[in-house]
Amino acid sequence: MTPTKGSDDDRAPLPRENRNRELVRVAYIFICMFFMLVGYLVYFNVIKADEINTNSYNTKQDTKEDMIIRGSILSSDGEILAGTNVDSEGNETRLYPYSNIFAHVVGYASNGRAGVESTSNYDLLTSHASILEQVQNEAQNIKVRGDSVVLTLDTRMQQAAYNALGSYRGAVVVMEPSTGRILAMVSKPDFDPNTLSEDWDTLISDESSSALLNRAAQGLYPPGSTFKILTTLAYLREHPQDYQNYSYNCTGSISKEDVTITCYGGSVHGLVGLQEAFYHSCNGAFANIGMELDNGKFISMCEDFLFNTSLPVDMESSQSRFMLDKNASFGEEMMTAIGQGDTLVSPLHMAMITSTVANGGNMMRPYFIDHIETYDGKLVKQSKPSSYKQLMSAEEAEIITGYMVDTVNEGTATSLSGQGYTAAGKTGSAEYEIDGENEGTHSWFVGFSNVSNPDIVVSVIAENGGSGSSAALPIAKALFDTYYSYNY
Amino acid sequence: MVSLIIEVSKYLLILLAAIYTMQSYVAFRKRGEAQEFLFLRQNVLMFAIHFVAFMVLYLQMEESQLLYFYGAQVIYLAATLVLFRNLYPRASKLIINNMCMLSSISFIMLTRLSLDQSIKQFKILAAATVIALFVPVIIRKMHILKKLTWAYVVLGIGMLGVVLVLAQTTGGAKLSISLGGFSFQPSEFVKIIFVFAVAGLLTAAKDFKHVVIATAVAAVHVLILVVSTDLGSALIFFVTYLIMLYVSTRKLWYLGAGAGAGSVAAVAAYFLFGHVKTRVAVWRDPFASYEGGGYQIAQSLFAIGAGGWFGTGLFQGSPESIPIVEQDFMFAAVTEELGGIFSLCLILICMSCFIMIVNIAMRLTDEYYRLVALGLGCMYAVQVFLTIGGAMKFIPMTGVTLPLVSYGGSSVVSTMVMFAIIQGLYILREDEEDRFEEDQEGYYDGYYEDGYYQDYPPEGYEDEYYGGPYDPYKRQ
Repeated sequence: MTPTKGSDDDRAPLPRENRNRELVRVAYIFICMFFMLVGYLVYFNVIKADEINTNSYNTKQDTKEDMIIRGSILSSDGEILAGTNVDSEGNETRLYPYSNIFAHVVGYASNGRAGVESTSNYDLLTSHASILEQVQNEAQNIKVRGDSVVLTLDTRMQQAAYNALGSYRGAVVVMEPSTGRILAMVSKPDFDPNTLSEDWDTLISDESSSALLNRAAQGLYPPGSTFKILTTLAYLREHPQDYQNYSYNCTGSISKEDVTITCYGGSVHGLVGLQEAFYHSCNGAFANIGMELDNGKFISMCEDFLFNTSLPVDMESSQSRFMLDKNASFGEEMMTAIGQGDTLVSPLHMAMITSTVANGGNMMRPYFIDHIETYDGKLVKQSKPSSYKQLMSAEEAEIITGYMVDTVNEGTATSLSGQGYTAAGKTGSAEYEIDGENEGTHSWFVGFSNVSNPDIVVSVIAENGGSGSSAALPIAKALFDTYYSYNY
Repeated sequence: MVSLIIEVSKYLLILLAAIYTMQSYVAFRKRGEAQEFLFLRQNVLMFAIHFVAFMVLYLQMEESQLLYFYGAQVIYLAATLVLFRNLYPRASKLIINNMCMLSSISFIMLTRLSLDQSIKQFKILAAATVIALFVPVIIRKMHILKKLTWAYVVLGIGMLGVVLVLAQTTGGAKLSISLGGFSFQPSEFVKIIFVFAVAGLLTAAKDFKHVVIATAVAAVHVLILVVSTDLGSALIFFVTYLIMLYVSTRKLWYLGAGAGAGSVAAVAAYFLFGHVKTRVAVWRDPFASYEGGGYQIAQSLFAIGAGGWFGTGLFQGSPESIPIVEQDFMFAAVTEELGGIFSLCLILICMSCFIMIVNIAMRLTDEYYRLVALGLGCMYAVQVFLTIGGAMKFIPMTGVTLPLVSYGGSSVVSTMVMFAIIQGLYILREDEEDRFEEDQEGYYDGYYEDGYYQDYPPEGYEDEYYGGPYDPYKRQ
């Protein structure tokens, strides 16, 4: 590159008005950068600070324990789920009156932290009591009580869920589909947070039961036939006009290449349409649908429904998994369509999917903290329901709701019919295997009550409970019964 | 009772800092006596902040040594203000005020973190101030300084070379040299030398060839710094050079091309150097490598989060949990205990310094001095941006100090000298104006005393300045 002779000339005789043009530009560039710092600090304080303050590595708040008595955790009906007792000598003990029943949601604050004790640590160790009172207390050397965290969970529903799950391992989630409020969340096996320190070594060494794990949000299970809700939706989207013309002749099993799929318990359903296939939970028909579906669309639909991503919930949760290759074999397609294959889902996630159907296609963000209040009951911060996304159209939700109602009236969940409430649901029997050997069948049920204006969604899994109707369905029924015994 | 005082003082400190900061900007609009009065008010505010903070510190530390230390600081601050004002009545009082304000924030936070370090820092600052007092005279009298361009190049590259060798032998852990019991960081001083070298090269640049030579010299500096793992300094040098090149050549495409080349080089560095990759990984998710490199930045974020808008109050937080907080994370420490609003003030005070420096550069007619002033201003602004942005995880952490606030002898000396050079240039300009006035008798109508030149209208000022009624050039 040869420099032109004039290259230095455009510098010297510049008109005076422009002498400082470059300096002004440079000044503005840097002023912008300074304002970016200002903007980011504001953004950090407004948006990010909460997440940083509640980060599990963050120990800043612990120093406040010298000045503040850890606040209580309350149920929505005002019962104390966790509270700190101070004896006459000032010794503090954390008590959990409901012992095992709320163990996973409420969590613990010794041996590390989990559950609400962890996520709301910041609030529990912050006091919004009046400055005057704080000063008075300090003058008398009395510690201030931290704020209380009030959950959306109801002791009656939680107790009922805990009892209904009985000796099964598994999980129960009860939520309001229109708000996302979680009314009950149980996971078994469980533990007693009151004696956690003593039991700690046993709890962490027993890997087979992993009692500390909140199966409701962190347990991943094959969804079994409950997944047919999504398979049906995928089919509806590919056949918006003629889905009612679908027909399949069920002979009890379907074979393609080297894979054979049989209907549960050896049933033969005969000629079925989409509706009958759904309420009889006909594996043959859905395997057949699976081979027909466009895998690419199926994958992106499931990813919209939060597979392979984190759930929008403020508790530790596992990512559900949906694996289907665009060029998957027929065998894989068939397995995936009936909820076996490589698909794994958490009970909370299933509850959210069912809520989406119940709520006209609009998925609400689940939440379990209703509000924060001062120790003497003055409101500090109120949570509000928020929509995650409209994931299906109202028409799609209505069609699937209809199929789920049929399941209750004529299909695999008839024990819910003829009650004082209307119900819709889907059972599932998820076969699981370890090391390639068939091990057993998890029993699933997802459904909701008061179909015209759904009140609650229930998602139940009973590990190794057999078919959906045998173990999970009665648990769900007990919960609906409990709910309406209090709400009628 | 003590906790009530701490609680109240927290808000008082924020209020005082906010008023001070506001005045730093109002100053650009005020003239003459009103401006003088405003600068005095700023001093009062500064002493008030200093007093309140040290009262809180004393209540909690309860060390008698602190009283003497406080006294020494007050004497230092007062002496600096009085000496600069009287020795150089024409120096920019805004810069002097901000310099003292930043120093007193440093006194407060460093004393809270470590009294020993604070005392050590204080001694160095006092010595640096004595040096700084002579700098304007040197700038004014020694015109030979303009002619030593290649000496600066050799000296700068030589000093950085020593650091490189050191860094190589210690695996990048050590970027300072020990000489006679003092350990100092050459890159801090090379910053100033570099600006003089580049200003010389670019002023003399008559064609493209000279631009290439200047760029090559700058590139050598930057490369040595990158290889010695001093990424922060490398970035500061790079950006400063680019800006100086742009202002000198008036070619916008140099800025674009330089930014493009810089981006390519940054990507290349990412793949070539493990330490660059680590920094970026830690920036993206500090919690993924919490036990390793992410710990420091995570602690910084926790500190800023714990501070919120109003801070925890002095000694109520735990900024000491951030490793090397007093050097690289003073911003996080200030935010935790003095609060987010105080930190916003801190950012704005730094910005006010920068605007004043550019303002000075604009008024210099000599191309060489213009570039020097601008270069030093850029060095300052980029460094502030890197350290504050890094502490908030806005950008990857580069480990540079917050000028005058952070602990570090080399940093504080070089910053003081830098500010003093800028003051020297400012005074130089006033001399020029005087000569101009003597030659052009009858034109002077007292707009200096009116403080017209203190004015910095933020927008449309090109027109106002050169086309307005007081345009000195138009009057000719």
